[in-house]
Formats: sequence, C-alpha cells, structure tokens
Amino acid sequence: MSTETDRIEQIATQEYKYGFVTEVDTDVAPPGLNEDVIRMLSAKKNEPEFMLEWRLKAYRHWLTMVEPTWANVHYPAIDYQAIRYYAAPRMKPKGPDSLDEVDKEILRTYEKLGISLEEQKRLTGVAVDAVFDSVSVATTFKDKLAGLGIIFCSFSEAVQQHPELIKKYLGSVVPYSDNFFATLNSAVFSDGSFCYIPKGVRCPMELSTYFRINTADVGQFERTLIVAEEGSYVSYLEGCTAPIRDTNQLHAAVVELVALDDATIKYSTVQNWYPGDKEGRGGIYNFVTKRGKCVGARSKISWTQVETGSAITWKYPGCILQGDDSIGEFYSVAVVNNLQQADTGTKMIHIGKNTRSTIVSKGISAGRGQNSYRGLVKILKKASGARNYSQCDSLLIGDKCGAHTFPYLEVSNSSSQVEHEASTSKISDDQLFYCRQRGIKSEDAVNMIVNGYCKEVFKQLPMEFAVEAQKLLGVSLEGSVG
Amino acid sequence: MLKIRGLRASVGGKEILKGVDMAVNAGEVHAIMGPNGSGKSTLAHVLAGREGYVVTGGEVVYEGKNLLELAPELRAREGVFLAFQYPVEIPGVSNTYFLKASLNEIRKHRGLEELDAVDFLSLVRQKLKIVDIDQDLLNRPVNAGFSGGEKKRNEIFQMAVLEPRLAILDETDSGLDIDALRTIAGGVNKLRSSDKAIMVVTHYQRLLHYIVPDFVHVLLDGRIVKSGGKELALELEEKGYDWVQEEVGAQSR
Ligand SMILES: Nc1ncnc2c1ncn2[C@@H]1O[C@H](COP(=O)(O)OP(=O)(O)O)[C@@H](O)[C@H]1O
Ligand SMILES: [Mg+2]
Repeated sequence: MSTETDRIEQIATQEYKYGFVTEVDTDVAPPGLNEDVIRMLSAKKNEPEFMLEWRLKAYRHWLTMVEPTWANVHYPAIDYQAIRYYAAPRMKPKGPDSLDEVDKEILRTYEKLGISLEEQKRLTGVAVDAVFDSVSVATTFKDKLAGLGIIFCSFSEAVQQHPELIKKYLGSVVPYSDNFFATLNSAVFSDGSFCYIPKGVRCPMELSTYFRINTADVGQFERTLIVAEEGSYVSYLEGCTAPIRDTNQLHAAVVELVALDDATIKYSTVQNWYPGDKEGRGGIYNFVTKRGKCVGARSKISWTQVETGSAITWKYPGCILQGDDSIGEFYSVAVVNNLQQADTGTKMIHIGKNTRSTIVSKGISAGRGQNSYRGLVKILKKASGARNYSQCDSLLIGDKCGAHTFPYLEVSNSSSQVEHEASTSKISDDQLFYCRQRGIKSEDAVNMIVNGYCKEVFKQLPMEFAVEAQKLLGVSLEGSVG
Repeated sequence: MLKIRGLRASVGGKEILKGVDMAVNAGEVHAIMGPNGSGKSTLAHVLAGREGYVVTGGEVVYEGKNLLELAPELRAREGVFLAFQYPVEIPGVSNTYFLKASLNEIRKHRGLEELDAVDFLSLVRQKLKIVDIDQDLLNRPVNAGFSGGEKKRNEIFQMAVLEPRLAILDETDSGLDIDALRTIAGGVNKLRSSDKAIMVVTHYQRLLHYIVPDFVHVLLDGRIVKSGGKELALELEEKGYDWVQEEVGAQSR
C-alpha cells in the first residue's frame, strides 16, 4: 500500500562529490606482481635490506595462501596480476621537503577535498599526512611536533630515519603472515603514516592521515604504525576518498597500534571511498586489517569508525588486551546504500586480568545494501575478571536491504562477564509521515532519525570530524527515500 | 478556510469516503462524530496527505488552494496540523529537537526568521503551561516510552507551539482519564481563536463537554449524514448512533 516504500526504492542518483581525477605526472609500475616488482619497489624507496627481506618473506608466504571466502560479501575474482602495485606522482628523488616541491595539482586536490596542506593557514589543530596514490606527499606541523619528541611522518621516511623503531614494531601486531590481504600488503605496501609518541607526552593536536587514490588500476596498500610509549596519549584521524571509476580498485591497508603502560590511542576513521554507482559498477574494495595491541598495563585503545564508502568493506579493527586492566573499545557506524556490501566488526582478545572491552556497532542499510556485523569476543583462561559489553544495532531503510549479525563468543574464564545486546529497527512509513505532517521533509526526517541512532558513536569523534561524519551520512543516504 | 466537496477516497482498493461535504470557517470548532470504522481517521489522513489514501473524487480547497495537490510537509507548513490518534515513536530524536526543527520549517515557509535554541526554549517554557506537560518528556526521544496519555498531551503541546491555522484532532480523548481529558481540553480551548479552526474527531461525545463545538457532523459509512449544532452531540449521547442510522435509513426509504 505504501508509496513511501516505493519511493524508498527509487535509489540514489546522488553523485559522489569527490569523484574527480587529478592530472599529474605519475610514475607507475606495469601491472603484475612478482619478486622483481617487489625488488623494484623497495629499490625505488631506497629501503634498507631488512625491509626488502621482510617484503619477500611476506610475498613467498602469500603465494601459499588462498583468498578468504567466509565474509558475507560477493565479488568477482580479483586478478592480482592486473593490478599495478606502485604509482607515485613524479617528484624530486628524495621526496618533498616542503610544500613547494609538491605538485600544485595535488595541493589543489587536497584543497578541493577540504584539506589545506598549507599549515600556516590552518587554524584547526590538526596535523595532516597526505597520501596520494601510493606515496605520502606532505606532512604538516612536523616541526612543532618534533619539539615534543613526537615523530609523525610518512612510513617511507620512518624506514629511512628511524629503522630501529620500524624493525622493533613492524609486524608486532599484525604479523606478515596474518591473513591474505595483510600478507599481500606486507609484500607490496607503498607508504602510509608512522607516528611515535614518547613517554609521558600528550600529543597536543589531532594527527591525521588523508588517503587519496588517484591513478586507475592501482592497488593502494598503505601501512600505518602508531606507537604510544608509557603514559602517552594520541588521537589519530583517518579520511579517505577516490575518483569515480567504473572498474573496482583494491585497497588493502594495514594499521598497527601499540600502546605501552598507561598509554591511550584513539583512532578514528571516516571512510568515504568511492562506493560505485547505483548499479554497483566500480567502487573500492576496502579489505583492511586494523589491530591494536594494549601491550602495557592500564593501556587503552579505542577505535571509532564511520564507514560510508567503498563497494565492499571488509574490516575488523580489533584489540589485543594483553596488559592487565587494559581497555579496548570499538564504536562503529557502517552505512550501505545501493549495492554496497559491508562485512565489518571487531575482535576483542582478552589476555590480561581485569581487561575490559566495549563494542557499539550501528549498521544502517538502505537501497539494496547488505550490512553484516561480525564480532569476536575471546576471553582467554588467564584473563580473570575480564568484562565485555557489546551492543549491535541495525537500522533498515526500505525493504530491499539487509542486516546480518554474526557475534562469536569464546570464553575460557569463568570469572569474566559478557553482555550482548542486539536490535533491529526500521524507519517506518508511519515515522516519516509523522515527520512530514510536522513540516519536515522525508530526507531531513531520515537524517534526523539516522543521526539520533548514531549519536553514541558520533560523540566519540573529535568535534570537527563528528560534523563531517554527520554530513557524509546525509550524502550517503541521499535518495534513499522520496 | 476549508471547503470539502464530494470527497471520495479509498484505502487498499476499498472505498472508505463516499462523498464528504463540509465547510469550516476561521474561528469555528467542528466535531466529527461517528462509530468505529465510519471513516473519521481516513478523512483526517486524507486531509493531511497520508500516502496510500487514494482520492478518487471531489476536491478540498484550503485557504483558496487545492490542498490535495500539496505534499504533506507543505500542508503542514501551510498550517494544517494533525494530532494523531496513534502518535508514532521516534527513538534517538529528542522531542525538543524535533519540535524545533518542525517549528523552524514552518517559520521559514512563512518568511519568518528561524528561532535559535534560546528563543525556542523560552517559547517552550511559555507553552508548557498550556497542557501541563512534564518537562522531562521534552528531553526524551519523541514519544518513546510515553504512556498513552503522555503521547496525547505531547500532540497538543506540539499544537500549542506550532500554532496551526487548521488543527485536526483525531480521537485525542481516547485513553485519557477524566483529569487528563480536562487539562487537554482546557489546553485546546486556550488555543481557540478567531483566525483558527479546529476539527475534533471523536467517537464519544464526552470530550465535547469540555471542547464545546460550534457544529457537529455525523459521519456514517463514509458520508456525513447529519449536521447540526452542539445539541446534536447531546442527542447522540442519549440516543446512540443507531438512531441516526435508522433516521437516515427511513429518509432514504
Ligand atoms: N490501511 C488500511 N487498509 C485497509 N483498510 C483500512 C485501512 N485503514 C482503514 N481502513 C478501513 O477503513 C475503514 C475506516 O477506518 P477509519 O477511518 O480508521 O475509521 P474511524 O477512524 O472512523 O474508526 C475501516 O473499515 C477500516 O478497516
Ligand atoms: Mg479513528
């Protein structure tokens, strides 16, 4: 009977507003993957021997692995030989020392995306590392941070400047053999961000990496490593966009976080990769491994993610709670519209005593989107007094979409407490009509309801980001109702 | 203000309104009475523009405009307000936030400046007294977990804030105890004015002791079969709907 529902089915024709391509002179590798490509890549980056060895070890291991199929997502087989594993805007061999050396087109790209790399103009206290295709093109506020002993630079630079730290921590949370995509990343990762907060330092500004895929057929494989020494604090933001293309592009990143005694790392993502068009053509495959290790006692790692983009999202930011009394948190909003698919959730591994974890997952499905929450809470034998609270909510807009929940629980300790709550709700025609009868049009009503539903997660985000996330959600759901 | 002529409407392929005629002028209160299932809520929903109610004939002119052409939100902004028989819950959206958004949409439409949080709250404080609504309810999500009576109160509170030109109250009295009924009716009476009209849809006459109508219409099987002054409500109270039914039957025989 309801035409509200019919309209809900007239799916978004809203265009992805970040879908432009930047014309820059780019140095790209030919498609294909073999040991020579890896050697070439490592040589271009002038990497020390240990790095190349690590890559090759990963590559050889990867050859023995098969792509996972357990996730509730469907896509045609990826031809790994058709992907280019390296693309970089041509610059002076050493990489940019100042913004003057960065291609003007690239700077303009970031301006268009609302990110000014000209730090002097920035009033907001956010330091940005901009990654364009495979390479970090600029890092702002570096000097100011260096004064506090904070290292914030591109991964490549860290390999050159701080090899001892890289050697110590690379792969310490996500080993090179971890899973198919992480292992591929370990072999071919191009760049990413590195961040080190020394003992007792509270990082005075938000650190941020902004990822941008530009070149066609390029796989983006970045790696982020954040190390927080004893008693330190850092809040880190990650944003992503890509041009509109009608072929799929692979993004297989790895993020490793290490928190020592009493350290806190807050990691927020607003993921807005190109989701594909309304027929499901194109879009990014976002297959990402993110994991944090609370190595020290009383340390804390908190993941907040707002996932609006990508054709397919496959990611489970997790925490290994090794230190006693350590805390892991996961706050997530995942939106799928049109033909998007998301299989996302978290893993909380309780090892230390009195470790605590909180999971708040808010899935939103519209159009013909399919959204799955997959979460593992594992409490090991030694983790006495461990506690977990999980809340998984699904919101459906229209009746062609789906929500699925796969909670896994492995408890080997009888003194631990685990609590799980789940709900599924639907934005009903009655709700929309009620709003419209009060003068609020359907689209605004949906935004209002969705924002209300996501409040708990948004309040975890830094202010500016929360506003952006709210807007993004509005855009992602545009056209999902009348 | 409102002219309904020969209005026919069906729901799910079934004709419910079979030619409704009535005229409402500014300043008037009209009661629409009728047994359950006679089409009262259908009439209210058709006027408000609920999707799924298909108008198959007739016309509705509101303030000189073809009301049936307007999207529901535009009707609301033009001053048509429906107090729902079953107000829906909207979890996660605070009552005040919702009402502020609503009021500002209406104000924008009328070329007025939007109210900021401070002005809005002082307006709310002023209106709170009209229906004696618990302030706690304002911070809770819209209707979520409200009792039946609280939901009805909230509807009238919204009406007080939004100041509609034409308010349609659908069974606002149902499920209320006598004290609540008195307060709500008192609230509605305070909102009566020479430039506003109210349509009170009710199954029982008891509300009409408190909100005294200027006109009473009896809706029976999708038609208004009898209209009169407030004394018609009393007559109905005494003789029941069967009486009208018989009378109408006798006439058509
Ligand atoms: N959504 C609907 N689908 C089918 N029939 C409906 C629907 N809504 C109302 N009706 C029918 O329309 C008739 C009038 O209903 P309604 O207008 O709610 O009456 P009232 O408010 O006078 O009790 C009833 O027979 C009812 O069953
Ligand atoms: Mg009714």
